[in-house]
Amino acid sequence: MIKSELVQKIAEANPHLYQRDVENIVNAILEQVASALERGDRVELRGFGAFSVKKRDARVGRNPRTGKQVDVSEKTVPYFKTGKEMRERLNTGK
Amino acid sequence: MAGRTVTRADLCEAVYQQVGLSRTESAQLVEMVLKEIADCLARGETVKLSSFGSFVVREKGERVGRNPKTGEEVPIEPRRVMVFKPSSILKHRINGTVGDEADED
Repeated sequence: MIKSELVQKIAEANPHLYQRDVENIVNAILEQVASALERGDRVELRGFGAFSVKKRDARVGRNPRTGKQVDVSEKTVPYFKTGKEMRERLNTGK
Repeated sequence: MAGRTVTRADLCEAVYQQVGLSRTESAQLVEMVLKEIADCLARGETVKLSSFGSFVVREKGERVGRNPKTGEEVPIEPRRVMVFKPSSILKHRINGTVGDEADED
């Protein structure tokens, strides 16, 4: 499923809303999560999972093609941990 | 790094501010969006949200694990897990870098 399909599904279930409104809703949700991570905040959605950021130290990497050493600078990466309920649903198919 | 925790209530507030709906309806829509994504994943389907990232379901085979406390070997059953693959846009936003440099994806 891609974003436009998600928007369409929600729009079909809510005939009183314009598709454009639903698009704004989905984008507002994703934007909240993205900007929280940008601030270094955590996002916890019970039953679904939690987003957070993790710091990765600088390291010396290697170009896998040439074998040349490259300096990889310190960075922060987004991280998602699946919620308990979601983890169970994935294995019961419900 | 330890900031505050954003929850459903914050998502509902954002939806409420952006679209001219009641707070109740905003909350219902946030639930619907999350449920739709979760339902899709429960069916084993990938969910791709452009400029944000994608959620992918992976099948894990059986393997032998170990109880870290007792050292006892325990079989880990085959199972399904989901992983979040952040888009390069999101990764760049989090690092405060621009998305035009060469990246692994």
